[in-house]
Amino acid sequence: MRPFTYERATDPRAAVAAVSRAGAKFISGGTNLLDLMKLEIERPTHLVDISRLPLKDLAELPDGGLRIGAQAVNSEVAADGRVRTRYPVLSQALVAGASGQLRNKASIGGNLLQRTRCPYFYDTAAGCNKRDPGSGCSAIGGVNRAHAILGASDACIAVHPSDMAVAITVLDGQIELLGADEGARRVAIGDFHRLPGDTPHIETVLKPGEMITGVVLPPAPPGRQLYRKVRDRASYAFALVSVAAIVATERGTITAARVAFGGVAHKPWRSVEAEAALAGRPATMATFRAAAEAAMAHAVGRGHNNFKIELAKRTLCRTLVQAAQAG
Amino acid sequence: MKIALTVNGRVRRLELDPRTALLDALREHLHLTGTKKGCDHGQCGACTVLINGRRINSCLTLAVMHEGDEIVTIEGLGAPGAPHPLQAAFVEHDAFQCGYCTPGQICSAVGMLTEVKDGWPSHVTIDVASPRVELTDAEIRERMSGNICRCAAYPNIVAAIRDVAERGRR
Repeated sequence: MRPFTYERATDPRAAVAAVSRAGAKFISGGTNLLDLMKLEIERPTHLVDISRLPLKDLAELPDGGLRIGAQAVNSEVAADGRVRTRYPVLSQALVAGASGQLRNKASIGGNLLQRTRCPYFYDTAAGCNKRDPGSGCSAIGGVNRAHAILGASDACIAVHPSDMAVAITVLDGQIELLGADEGARRVAIGDFHRLPGDTPHIETVLKPGEMITGVVLPPAPPGRQLYRKVRDRASYAFALVSVAAIVATERGTITAARVAFGGVAHKPWRSVEAEAALAGRPATMATFRAAAEAAMAHAVGRGHNNFKIELAKRTLCRTLVQAAQAG
Repeated sequence: MKIALTVNGRVRRLELDPRTALLDALREHLHLTGTKKGCDHGQCGACTVLINGRRINSCLTLAVMHEGDEIVTIEGLGAPGAPHPLQAAFVEHDAFQCGYCTPGQICSAVGMLTEVKDGWPSHVTIDVASPRVELTDAEIRERMSGNICRCAAYPNIVAAIRDVAERGRR
């Protein structure tokens, strides 16, 4: 690990001021950052510890929504009674990720900002445009079983690893930010992460020095919420494909549906195509399959990951069957 | 940096490079070698300790971030003459072969049983909205998936934890 200096921030404004110096980074749970610092993939020269900032609370909002502080840890958010009853898809997604130990340390803000688990990003001997812009993408033409089937580019086919972010996407969450120059602002989750394009090293719309202070969930929409994750092991593995769905039905007809995929793209993938194919249609397998075809109409396999296209369709159908049962 | 860590109830003053992981502070500076270094990347769970009663991987956190926290290692749970119930159960159920993962398994199990007592859901909990958790073998396995045992003593690890959990209920 490269040497760095350390300071603990005492309030959010002081934290964003402290991180403005060159080479500085925030550290929160550290479960991803320190892993990458040990490998010298991340090389900050100064760390600003924001883990003790007073941003840990969950608070009711006047409109019936919920605000989650960015420094709340994953496990406590998953266990919060309001999340479990009103936003169960978020609780399900959180407990589908990582291990008990990691969930006790990883923060909500840090989860949104975690880096890809592409093995070529981790392998400093390999070309990777995300780690070292201009060095090429070793995953294209390489071992790419876990890689993106939607929204990828010739520069990068990595996927975003978060389960939680997929649930926040289907819940239409907003990300609260604080910057030294920008002040406070909010960004919809769908606009927060970027597709790789030709700058895969720029993963979000965060401005330099900006900090995530919270996640705002609007009131939960009607319907049954479900998160389904498919992976190589039963536990403690990243998703090959995951689906977050919210489905409302009335006498066998889908009145409203929301769908987001994980493990398929550089960001959580909201499928408006699938949603349009579900709304107003009978809750039958034919409808679900049509929605799955619509969701994957533009999917592209890269060789080893071709199977993910059919897997994503089947995972969506299976999730919808279950969600529509009691919608 | 000069820092003070509270480990197993004692305040320990240390001078550390900010890079020092909590794991290395415990092992190399405080000579508490019960906590093991396996992968050093948060994948194996051998370094699991308790911070303010919650289990974490000590390899993926900096010592300087834990001033004022209550840190408990395997040495703080019990002693050879007075083992913690989980330590005794691991011996009774032969829940290890080489023993390298055992301190992490036991610290993790202590934290896990607290999480169950607090009603926390897991990936195999059928209804996350239900405030009560029934600690089935499937729940134990899922909740302990962050602790890898290269000797594959898993059936006996599950038996030891189940035994302690059931005794706790009686």
